[in-house]
Amino acid sequence: MANIPDIPVWREVGTTPVDQSNFDNQSTEHSEVLIVGGGPVGLTLALDLGLKGRKVIILNRLNFVAAGSKAICFAKRTLDIWDRLGVAEKMIEKGVIWNVGKVFCGDDAEPLYQFDMLPVKGQKNPGFINLQQYHAEEILIEAVNKLDNVDLRWGHEAVGLNARDDGAEISVRSGNESYAIDAQWVVACDGSRSPIREMLGLDFEGRVFEDNFLIADVKFKQQRPSERWFWFDPPFNRGQSALLHKQPDDVWRLDFQLGWDIDRDACTKPENVEPLVRGMLGDDVEFTEEWYSVYTFQCRRMKDFVHGRVIFAGDSAHLVSPFGARGCNGGVADADNLAWKLNAVLDDPTQKSLIASYNYEAVATADENIRNSTRSTDFMTPKSVLSRAFRDAVLELAKHNEFARPFVNSGRLSTAVAYPETVLNTPDTDVWTSGIAPGHPALDAPLSDGWLFDHFDGHFVLLIAGEAFDIEGLKTIDLDSLSCGDGLAEQRYGLEKGGAYLIRPDQYVAARWQNPSAAQVVKALNKAKGGCR
Amino acid sequence: MSNLKTKPNLGDPDGIYQMLIDLHAGRDEQDSMKVNAKLILALANHIGNQQVIAEAIAIAGAGAQE
Repeated sequence: MANIPDIPVWREVGTTPVDQSNFDNQSTEHSEVLIVGGGPVGLTLALDLGLKGRKVIILNRLNFVAAGSKAICFAKRTLDIWDRLGVAEKMIEKGVIWNVGKVFCGDDAEPLYQFDMLPVKGQKNPGFINLQQYHAEEILIEAVNKLDNVDLRWGHEAVGLNARDDGAEISVRSGNESYAIDAQWVVACDGSRSPIREMLGLDFEGRVFEDNFLIADVKFKQQRPSERWFWFDPPFNRGQSALLHKQPDDVWRLDFQLGWDIDRDACTKPENVEPLVRGMLGDDVEFTEEWYSVYTFQCRRMKDFVHGRVIFAGDSAHLVSPFGARGCNGGVADADNLAWKLNAVLDDPTQKSLIASYNYEAVATADENIRNSTRSTDFMTPKSVLSRAFRDAVLELAKHNEFARPFVNSGRLSTAVAYPETVLNTPDTDVWTSGIAPGHPALDAPLSDGWLFDHFDGHFVLLIAGEAFDIEGLKTIDLDSLSCGDGLAEQRYGLEKGGAYLIRPDQYVAARWQNPSAAQVVKALNKAKGGCR
Repeated sequence: MSNLKTKPNLGDPDGIYQMLIDLHAGRDEQDSMKVNAKLILALANHIGNQQVIAEAIAIAGAGAQE
């Protein structure tokens, strides 16, 4: 039986029994890392830390995998992260790959314009897949369950927090039983209403938007292309916008803007949803309801994501509008950024400044995501007469005037965010006319035996071309011996013989040189590891 | 003779769009219209080419939504 009513169930798991053998004589358990929340962000972080050999406990207050409509669009960057963790292939196999987006306006049956999300060619992972969040979670759960050092507990809820300088004690309730976990680090991946955030008396800053949207996930068997369709002011939803996305299992995501003054309960009644669905898909469409829900959204974040030994990641730290798929993808980016840093700090507590760099980099990512999703929202829902005039002018011009099309904003889709100013970077000292600058995400490229990213496997890596360096604890990847001969990898990095790139465990560029000494590389490595030594 | 550029020509269209919207935040309609007029005049002066401006005027006036 599901332990929490009113949340739709995808799969019953059952409550994990409390294991008293873990307790010391105070009914307290000890763990290196405690993750609160078993959604995609918490699971990704647990998997990453677990694969690095860390002892991790994850608490999921639900004793089931929730169904319903949540994240569905997973970006290339997220797939790269999941690929590093060995789960991307299953996601892509199950998901719907899409590249084309079409934007419609008014009564016109022809798109105003269309765009292609196809990424830079010659990379392992596609630009986007659509996949129900519960499918993504199931794949992550399966991978986490294979690790003995990761303890995923179902139906265990964090109900109290006592933070100290060197850790935190979390009170846990499961059914009628209570116990405590003393962890060196607590990561709150517990969603937008984060109980951990409330326990610390912290809040969000930013904007709440006065608008409502209806999500109708419906099942039907109509042949339609795997494309993202977006409408401004369609005949079936006058004066508002609408969005259509394909998901696996013949499920489609329909999204209708509703406006501010609405009766939320009435909007999800089947008799009120049906005309919208038929308006979009045609009168004759035979469909069944998967999940209807009305949501409103905020573009807000916490001021800081790190509070002593308690760290926030994902929706608990930042919220965006859904246009642009920046919510879950932004959260997975947090997990990716945090995992290697937490691992390093657990190995060597003097590297604690890495955690401060998580705060800086994750806040920068959240700001970029909030900026983009706020702009999209302002375009879709103009807040003033003049704002609407500009918006309508763009839409009128866009049909016949190419110059106006870049202004049309139906969502700017999630891509990896750069941190050109992060303290972990070593700034360029050479003059570069190509390649990837420090603080930017590395680029994948085809090699003779697979993909470049297969070699960026969660450790620091030195990417070189011919000229070897022998640096303790630093893996070297020589493009000269791996290249598939088309020179694509060398080109993307602007790498010539003697040059080198220092790549972080999260596949970001930390430093690059055209002809470095070993001492320069060692210095940059120490800097990227958060040290000033 | 130069012509109006009709291909996309901006590196950061979203940033420019936001600057335009921000310009009007908190203004009433009449004030906004005047601010827009000033902006057009400033840009027209910068362009400094009557032919180009005439082409832009033609596009802007090309009528309501079809």
